[in-house]
Amino acid sequence: MHLDALMLSRLQFAFTIAFHIVFPSFTIGLASFLAVLEGLWLATRNAAFRTLYLYWVKIFAISFGMGVVTGVVMSYEIGTNWSVYSAVAAPVIGPLLAFEVLTAFFLESSFLGVMLFGWRKVGPRLHFAASLLVAAGTLISAFWIVSANSWMQAPTGYVRLASGALRAADWGQVIFSPTFPVRLAHMVLAAFLTTSLVVGAASAWRLLKDPEEEESCLALKMAIGMFAIVAPLQLLAGDMSGKQVLRYQPAKLATIEAFWDTQAGQAFHVVAWPDRAAAANRFELSIPRLGSLITAGDARAEVKGLKAFAPEDRPPVGVVFWAFRVMVGLGLAMIGLGLWGGFICWRGGLAHARGFLWAAVAMGPAGFVAVIAGWIVAEVGRQPWVIYGLLRTADAVSPVTKGEVSASLVAFMAVYALIFGAGALFILRLIDLGPTAPPVPAAGARPPGNALAAADGAEAPP
Amino acid sequence: MTLDLPLIWAAILAIAVLLYVMLDGFDLGIGILFPFAGSPAERDVMMNTVAPVWDGNETWLVLGGGGLFAAFPFAYAALLPALYIPILAMLLALILRGVAFEFRARARAGGKAFWTAAFAAGSLVATLAQGLVLGGFIQGVTLRDGRFAGDVLDWLSPYSLLVAAGLVAGYALLGAGWLVWRTEGELQGRARRWAWIALGAVAVLLAAVSFATLLVHPEVAAHWGWVGDGFDIARLAPMSPIPLLAGVGLAVAAAGLARRSHGWPFAGALMVFLSGYLGLAAGFFPYIVPYALTFRQAANADNALALLLVGGGVLLPAIVGYSAWVYWVFRGKVGADAGYH
Repeated sequence: MHLDALMLSRLQFAFTIAFHIVFPSFTIGLASFLAVLEGLWLATRNAAFRTLYLYWVKIFAISFGMGVVTGVVMSYEIGTNWSVYSAVAAPVIGPLLAFEVLTAFFLESSFLGVMLFGWRKVGPRLHFAASLLVAAGTLISAFWIVSANSWMQAPTGYVRLASGALRAADWGQVIFSPTFPVRLAHMVLAAFLTTSLVVGAASAWRLLKDPEEEESCLALKMAIGMFAIVAPLQLLAGDMSGKQVLRYQPAKLATIEAFWDTQAGQAFHVVAWPDRAAAANRFELSIPRLGSLITAGDARAEVKGLKAFAPEDRPPVGVVFWAFRVMVGLGLAMIGLGLWGGFICWRGGLAHARGFLWAAVAMGPAGFVAVIAGWIVAEVGRQPWVIYGLLRTADAVSPVTKGEVSASLVAFMAVYALIFGAGALFILRLIDLGPTAPPVPAAGARPPGNALAAADGAEAPP
Repeated sequence: MTLDLPLIWAAILAIAVLLYVMLDGFDLGIGILFPFAGSPAERDVMMNTVAPVWDGNETWLVLGGGGLFAAFPFAYAALLPALYIPILAMLLALILRGVAFEFRARARAGGKAFWTAAFAAGSLVATLAQGLVLGGFIQGVTLRDGRFAGDVLDWLSPYSLLVAAGLVAGYALLGAGWLVWRTEGELQGRARRWAWIALGAVAVLLAAVSFATLLVHPEVAAHWGWVGDGFDIARLAPMSPIPLLAGVGLAVAAAGLARRSHGWPFAGALMVFLSGYLGLAAGFFPYIVPYALTFRQAANADNALALLLVGGGVLLPAIVGYSAWVYWVFRGKVGADAGYH
């Protein structure tokens, strides 16, 4: 690997966006979970729902804050490091990213203030509306960013002028490019899975300590209900997404499966050691014909291998191949956890099923790992293109120096390590204390009408 | 009727950046004033006056970046690599101060002291970096074929350092004015003293930046009627309301402080900012990459600007409306015992 400004910019973008994606993929689901908890509390007046809301909103506030500050970076980094990409892509997807700010970011950040600090300042219905708007904002944000990304993966609805510049020809086709609906479903389901696994793990951890904690048992049941349903749906969405990769990005598909030769009845490589220089797998453990069956839906279908593409058009193989297997392996484990949890809920005795509780704790981070692995498959798999078939990553970089990018990359790594370490510590501490922990002596005066102040103090919110 | 889309978007973005500077300005100012608080409890109150709204304030900065990308992509592509170091420094500093809002409340003794320092240092560094970006921008950016072709440290000069110092004083004034408005008792008295000091610094630095800006580039000097050996009154006269507004703003803030008013010092500080902003913008208009690229040359395709205007025309008024409502919800004084009544 040659560490020039291009490679350093790629590493920096990969690092900052992989770090950033952790937070939205958690807070998208958590915002909806909070809105559901508050709605259930308003509808049933069961205090357990309010206790859970006031507990999870603290974790939400920490995660959301980290998502916001690492997200601000992205809106500038595209220009600082990828100025050529900016100038080429903006005529087509510029409005999409601006709409994300206008429809989602302002909504989230404004009503988050009401959600966290507005318990005593607005009525319960208005507060619930704020929770709903924040949840809606997170989903709207996912809509636009996945739309822009999908267009870059399979561009449609544009024309190329004589000067080489791109122009939008049909905004409907730009926004709803062919892979967008399935990729949006895949991303939102991933976010809901990630959140339900974290809620499940935190609640299971509390039940291991205190099986009588009703709030945690309730939250665990809600989490199981979510991932038991969503994990199998995600398998379907992922399969549909794979079929589209075969159609729109055949080189990516061949990379995911480490197919080198174009042939009918491709084998499925369970594990392999792909070697790009030799254009072959040094080692493979395979199931005959399953590769064609999974990717094309027909065991005899002919599927393109990487040799069908010029060497300079082939993505890095090993990392994509393995990231895909990590994602799918974790997805299957999530389905298993859902079946197991569903069975125990039906049988009864969830709070004492220690084997399952430990398994749920162990699976807590699985969603994050799967999201990052899936992101590697999508983004490394489309290399060497940043806009598929139109602009190469190597041509997209800014006129910046190696020194500048090395300095900023090191600074990002140091700052992100610090805030990730601290944020994770605070969240894990809250999880360990659980939803019914007696209020810690307030670290300081809380802002007016703060839900956390209400949670810290003895008073109940209205 | 055809709309002048680039001009409309230049105006919208100019307003967005102005709103950012005024709104995030006072909450960055709180961070700059953090080390001077009398006690940890005072710091908590200072932070609590902005905790419900800082996130919305900072979103205007995201709109600044995202809007520039969408409406003037050639300016975005030219400017950001030119200002790489101060922009990245600003982003990193904003991260440290942004997480401090939650982390300070969650950390134990030693950790709280650390995040208190991070909030103060992050606010100061972000402000200095914004000043360097602004100074580097006004003194001009070297382009070749639309791409940045200058040096890594072009943005660093005595002028940009002067602008950065002026911005620190300005944000401190906004922050102090905000605290005079939103707090009471001992803290309010302290904020008045801070506001007096910041006001003096702003008056001196604003004058210094104003004259220095005339020397930065002949195009700016020409806008203000400077013809080399004197001012051309015919060109200076239409510009004169701008420095006049600064004078009125300084006087309003000073009179407000002297009469122990709660709201007027902040209002005066906002007027000074509006004047400074208009004054700088008037100097480099119609450039969006000073002295190399006008806003028309940098504008996105008409069909992209038109789509943006359809969306922005509906969404921006709604955003201004609900942001104002959030401020209304959190109106009034913030005391040490807030939240327990």
